[in-house]
Amino acid sequence: MDLLNGIFIAPFVQMADAPDFLVQVLWEGFVSGILYALIALGFVLIFKASGVFNFAQGIMVVFAALTLVGLYQKGVPVILALILTMAVMGILALAVERFIMRPLVNQPHVILLMATIGLTYFLVGLGEFVFGGEPKQMITTELGLPTGSTEIPFGAQGVVILQHIDIAAAVIAIAMVTALALFFNRTRIGRALRAVADDHQAALSVGISLHQIWAIVWFASGLVALATGIMWGARSDVSFALEIIALRALPVLILGGFTSVPGAIVGGLIVGIGEKIGEIYWGPLLGGGIESWLAYMIALVFLLFRPQGLFGERIIERV
Amino acid sequence: MGVGDCTQNHHDQIDMTSPSDPILVVNNIEVIYDHVILVLKGVSLSIDKGGIVALLGANGAGKTTTLKAISNLLHAERGEVTKGSILFEGAEVHDLSPNDLVRRGCIQVMEGRHCFAHLTVEENLLTGAFTRKDGPAAIRRDLDLVYGYFPRLKVRRTSQAGYVSGGEQQMTAIGRALMSRPKMILLDEPSMGLAPQLVEEIFEIVRRLNHDEGVSFLLAEQNTNIALNYATHGYILESGRIVLDGKASELKENEDVREFYLGVGGEGRRSFRSVKSYKRRKRWLA
Ligand SMILES: Nc1ncnc2c1ncn2[C@@H]1O[C@H](COP(=O)(O)OP(=O)(O)OP(=O)(O)O)[C@@H](O)[C@H]1O
Ligand SMILES: [Mg+2]
Repeated sequence: MDLLNGIFIAPFVQMADAPDFLVQVLWEGFVSGILYALIALGFVLIFKASGVFNFAQGIMVVFAALTLVGLYQKGVPVILALILTMAVMGILALAVERFIMRPLVNQPHVILLMATIGLTYFLVGLGEFVFGGEPKQMITTELGLPTGSTEIPFGAQGVVILQHIDIAAAVIAIAMVTALALFFNRTRIGRALRAVADDHQAALSVGISLHQIWAIVWFASGLVALATGIMWGARSDVSFALEIIALRALPVLILGGFTSVPGAIVGGLIVGIGEKIGEIYWGPLLGGGIESWLAYMIALVFLLFRPQGLFGERIIERV
Repeated sequence: MGVGDCTQNHHDQIDMTSPSDPILVVNNIEVIYDHVILVLKGVSLSIDKGGIVALLGANGAGKTTTLKAISNLLHAERGEVTKGSILFEGAEVHDLSPNDLVRRGCIQVMEGRHCFAHLTVEENLLTGAFTRKDGPAAIRRDLDLVYGYFPRLKVRRTSQAGYVSGGEQQMTAIGRALMSRPKMILLDEPSMGLAPQLVEEIFEIVRRLNHDEGVSFLLAEQNTNIALNYATHGYILESGRIVLDGKASELKENEDVREFYLGVGGEGRRSFRSVKSYKRRKRWLA
């Protein structure tokens, strides 16, 4: 009886009692959801254009953030550090295209997956070698990102606290997604990217260079990783422990479908919000710690009803 | 080696400097898939500037392989040209990427149309202009040109290509190739899966493109009858070898072609040719 009460009644009573707290929880879920969505987006870009499951996506987030902070700590002015980090992500994209994609393109998928696992450890090693392994503070204020918070009155005597950095994260994420959508739909290269995602062979036949397209998607995905790394780093530390957030991206991908950009976004929000709510209202009942597996539970339940994901398209056959 | 004599003649023709000016010369190429599967065993052909040449043959004869060897799309299928040479406008194509070839004016329209299903018809056409550097105004003009040849595409311009009819997809695929401003189109089985009337319509447009825009065509076809009606020359491919070639009008009159490719009966022949034909038919049925 207690258990049933704990599952079906008490949490909802709690929500109704303190609506301001519920809104607070929803907001925080929304912000982590956005970050999950961005990580998933990086995956989707690469998967769509090349059929490669990029295991290294999570590490790219950490690597980008670490490079930024590391350069700053070595005395590089912040703007220059930001530009250099973008350049590093660009070089990484070119290197991946040249040394992983190009030689392995006609190999089975699993070999490319292995190669991205290799890339993961390479990036961890490189990052630690150059910038050291200890956790670092994100240079939030130096980058001009807001700190502090605003309290918004809610209901009779409640308040909702909005961290300014979270607001900035939401704004940047929305701007980023909008920019990507415009790039995909309005530009020559964006059109070519979608063409490659639809049919590699036909794209080749009309003279689209796959090498160029792959380098571009890896770069785009590196920039998304950098933005994610900055915002995630601002909420905790920058260290390779961040890598585990990449594991959160998997349920997001299962939910959203591996090839769908809107799917990544909606999936990210569902996982982010679902996880927070689950943790706050149902967590105590299960002794806490449910954050680590709840996302997978949510994804599994969805999978039962929609095996192709929320917005899943047919998966591309790679040449 | 029943018809080896024809092939032999053909080689001699290519080795001599021919009076007309070929845009494409394929010289005795051999193609191997996966390092072991020998598919083309010495194919030679030549296409004059402004010509329409038909490459004919049954399923699996090697038509698609020949076209892909020219456009360099073989690599993506683990295929390789291991012998011979291919010259487009006098330049060896072996080390060029498909991208380079499209830039130089040689583009393939693949068998089965291969439109980009999630892109609109117009976006499909625009992808054909990917390699061009002459600016949006020129591309816009060519888009109108394509719509002039294929008015139906203009009506369907905002539809997703995955949802338009087979005929419209074939038109989209040809229009997309046109957008690259090609000198030569390698057209693989344009008639596949289309109603006879539509096939006729597509071939009429091929003829107009050839005549008005000066585009040369290499057409791979199983539909021998229609291909020979529109082509100037024809080559017949069997199991990776050219077994016969000549002017389209002559091929149409050739007894073997009539019997095996045009389905016109040639009973009562008792010459040595019928023996050859019998042998070939056996191969054909095998
Ligand atoms: N990627 C490949 N790997 C191995 N063998 C192949 C490959 N593609 C084609 N082949 C083989 O090469 C031969 C010629 O095939 P090709 O597609 O060139 O024939 P085709 O004349 O175009 O036939 P169709 O009229 O059916 O299109 C066939 O026996 C086929 O099985
Ligand atoms: Mg074929």
